[in-house]
Amino acid sequence: MLVEILFWVFASILTLSALGMITVRNPVHSALLLVLCFFTSAAIWLLIEAEFLAVVLILVYVGAVMVLFLFVVMMLDINVEEVKARVTRYALLGGVVAGAVVFEIVSVVWTRSLGVEVTEGAVAQPATYSNTAELGKLLYTEYVYPFELAAMLLLIAIVAAISLTMRKRTGLKQQNIARQVAARAADRVRIVKVAPVRPESQAPSEPSSKGNGP
Amino acid sequence: MIQLNWLLVVSGVLFAISVAGMFINRKNLILLLMCVELLLLAVNFNFVAFSRFNGDINGQIFVFFVLTVAAAESAIGLAILVVLFRERRSINVEDLSTLKG
Repeated sequence: MLVEILFWVFASILTLSALGMITVRNPVHSALLLVLCFFTSAAIWLLIEAEFLAVVLILVYVGAVMVLFLFVVMMLDINVEEVKARVTRYALLGGVVAGAVVFEIVSVVWTRSLGVEVTEGAVAQPATYSNTAELGKLLYTEYVYPFELAAMLLLIAIVAAISLTMRKRTGLKQQNIARQVAARAADRVRIVKVAPVRPESQAPSEPSSKGNGP
Repeated sequence: MIQLNWLLVVSGVLFAISVAGMFINRKNLILLLMCVELLLLAVNFNFVAFSRFNGDINGQIFVFFVLTVAAAESAIGLAILVVLFRERRSINVEDLSTLKG
């Protein structure tokens, strides 16, 4: 009974925060409400015993992706009023499309049995069951090549993001390590032999300081 | 006991809200990206629910890969956004009409 109550509480928080996310004016508030969405989703995933994915959702989404979003939102100085000026023109169309999507999905869910008994709850796993261990066993045996491909994809994403946003600034003092290492003393200092020249008949015109001589 | 159709309804509502968000925030590129993240979350909800109720853990592996792709997508999307903002001083979608014939 407690699980059902928790589920509906989390589901309503999730829906309300998603609704808030698409309607608030400030992008920072929007990002924070999306963080709340991810947290409540992780809680629901914990309730249906997908512990590893719940933790990964919080770590990856809240810890990395949403922080990145917040960085970008705060870094770009966006005029909020200008962006959201004519928001109501498309609200009606958006509502109609959302209603259609909800109607279609809900009607399908309620009329088809989808191959599984939808009104029966899943059997609870035994206490010794480890979701993480099961996922790990499958991921490193059957899905090892997709796993490597995912790693490659992340590497490509890193390289792409850095190469897109890196820029050469002019007028910036930077070290050139290769040139520093290659430099020799001969490049830096040139010793010139200068023949001594006696200055000719240059009378000391400066007045000697008074009262200081021997 | 949590039933499968509850989860599917929550996921469908979430999907619909994010689709509506794409219409409402049609101008702000950052909010469009956030709505894409919410769409992917709704899809992942379905994967996790069916994986749990069918007793087949392969669905959760798939969620894992969806999360990876979504992280890469948002990183590159935000990088493009930053470059765009540097060029145009704006993230309004309507300003991006230079490819229009």
